[in-house]
Amino acid sequence: VSEARPPSLYAEFAKGVWKENPAFVQVLGMCPTLAVTTTAVNALAMGGATTFVLTGSAFFVSMFRRLIPHEVRISTYIIIIASFVTIADSLLEAFTPHVHKELGPFIALIVANCVVLGRQESFAAKRPILPSVADAFGTGVGFTIALSCVGGLREIFGLGSYFGVDLFGERFEPWVVMILPPGGFLAFGLLMILLATAKRRKSARLAEGVAA
Amino acid sequence: VTDLLWLFVSWTVVNNFSLCYYMGMCPFIGATKRAGVAVRLGLATLFVMIITSIAATVLNAYVLEHAPYLRLISFIVVIASSVQFTELAIKKLSPPLFRALGIFLPLITSNCAVLFIALTQTNRQYGFIEGLVFALGGGGGFMLALFLMACLREESELSDVPQVVRGAGLTMVIAGILAMGFMGFAGLLSTPD
Repeated sequence: VSEARPPSLYAEFAKGVWKENPAFVQVLGMCPTLAVTTTAVNALAMGGATTFVLTGSAFFVSMFRRLIPHEVRISTYIIIIASFVTIADSLLEAFTPHVHKELGPFIALIVANCVVLGRQESFAAKRPILPSVADAFGTGVGFTIALSCVGGLREIFGLGSYFGVDLFGERFEPWVVMILPPGGFLAFGLLMILLATAKRRKSARLAEGVAA
Repeated sequence: VTDLLWLFVSWTVVNNFSLCYYMGMCPFIGATKRAGVAVRLGLATLFVMIITSIAATVLNAYVLEHAPYLRLISFIVVIASSVQFTELAIKKLSPPLFRALGIFLPLITSNCAVLFIALTQTNRQYGFIEGLVFALGGGGGFMLALFLMACLREESELSDVPQVVRGAGLTMVIAGILAMGFMGFAGLLSTPD
């Protein structure tokens, strides 16, 4: 009986956070993951904006899922997403002009984030509103976590601070390369290698356990 | 003319879309397994960029002046239609190429480099000719980055890389080293503002 039941809302939420993390596991949405993660604050703001757009558009896509013709569904999703991005852009500009300036064109570029479009196409288009919103919100949180990891790493090494708080004192020489373009690739690549190693260790341990 | 040449060079190598602005990462990571496919995808993207640039100039001049809040939505609609057009054209002209590009062809719609062309052109108030040169330079630079990346990855497949780092991590580190190389161009001219 339990197999026939749809997964709970919490399960839909949790899978996006960790097991199907959009950035680390699915390697989607790389542009913002690399571009705006020079500091932890920027990463968090970008993650928040993406989560807002993702959840809002999942709600509407799911609500209209029976009305949208199959042939023009992608364009419809994109227009819904673009409306939410316009809202997020204006809100950020009004309330946090400083962050808006730092993130620059990347707020507008959320429209072209494949994580957002991917969730609409693969989940919200087929499921009722509540699970869709839970799934979108979970994916957004997972994306925000991934962004904060990369952003934190780059800020710690590149500027010697975390959320603007100085960590190492004056004698630390910042690794400027970490906040320059190559640093994004290197930081994310190293995190991916670290995660892959952890995964290999875990599966090796599990195999040992089965053998024993 | 000198200005246009500098504009071209600056967006091709100095401010390379992929390696300095992290634009178009999905095809940059996903479609660079083979150099041939990478170059053709780059060409298709360049084509879409040029159409987008022309359309953005027209839209800016006649429509968006009256309704600036529609900017993002109208740009994305223009891009989606020009991708559809490119898709039809390639399907008609060269079916093998259409199959080789596969899912990455429709995904040009969600390539942020294309949207970046339209947005930047608006922000910097490039005229018609400047916009075209900008699209050519940016698209050319994107193609160059795709090609270099594909060549490096073809080589890395043949070399003896430790099991642990294979996969996405290795690709990112290769891209990082390539980006370091492109930083060398930064001395060529100051950032265009």
